[in-house]
Amino acid sequence: MEPQPGELPQGLEILIFSIPFLVLLLAYITGKVIEKRHYANIHDREENWVNIPAITGKHLPDLPAVASAEMVVGSVVISVDHFKRFLSGFRKIFGGEMKSYSSVIDRGRREAILRMKESSPEADLFLNCRLETSSVSKGKGKAVGCAEVLAYATAVRFERPAE
Amino acid sequence: MTLTNLESVPGRSIVEHYGLVQGSTIRAKHVGRDLMAGLKNIVGGELKGYTELMREARQQATDRMVEQAGELGANAIINIRYTTTSVSQGAAEMLAYGTAVRWE
Repeated sequence: MEPQPGELPQGLEILIFSIPFLVLLLAYITGKVIEKRHYANIHDREENWVNIPAITGKHLPDLPAVASAEMVVGSVVISVDHFKRFLSGFRKIFGGEMKSYSSVIDRGRREAILRMKESSPEADLFLNCRLETSSVSKGKGKAVGCAEVLAYATAVRFERPAE
Repeated sequence: MTLTNLESVPGRSIVEHYGLVQGSTIRAKHVGRDLMAGLKNIVGGELKGYTELMREARQQATDRMVEQAGELGANAIINIRYTTTSVSQGAAEMLAYGTAVRWE
């Protein structure tokens, strides 16, 4: 059948209608890959830092003499992929935990803490660690939906025995 | 200038308090970055442009706070806190505040 003027050829029509689904599929695959890689990366780096903890307390009972203390910060802006946002639409109908979103924020927090620690490779302990999360833009309509996570603490270096 | 988010400077004694000092900045991102972030937002992951933006904003807020403390004659700021608010769509306020003190 010849397409009427003002009508699209059938092949093109199918293509146009399938674009949202293709975008969803793309978002699903890339989102999964990015998340998996990011988690692998976080696990590796956390292992390196496991002996130098960041604690939320301000004092420790028997702290050795402190040689230096400086404030360190680490931050990351992380966004939710299109597929997860699509899923969350359904979740909003039934209620309950949004697992897809929690994993994104979890990655953000751990990344922020790691960046904070990495900015002070010489530190022995991170005291008074605080986490702050905020949405950079509210994600309404066309705005970008993402969250900023900020981690800050005081990096302390103990006095070494005379060398 | 010693910056810390503890209530005292570890290993030092504080001799004088100058009260609260603060620094803030409101920054918007430019259209190009917004567009790229919009694209990146489809696949998820870190938005490097925004991370950079927030870092600059925090640096500026901290600098302003330090400047204010310097005018008072302080040599350290203790108990520093950061907060962020999104003022309007595409703009964020970064506030840093702390107590200016002098240690011996």
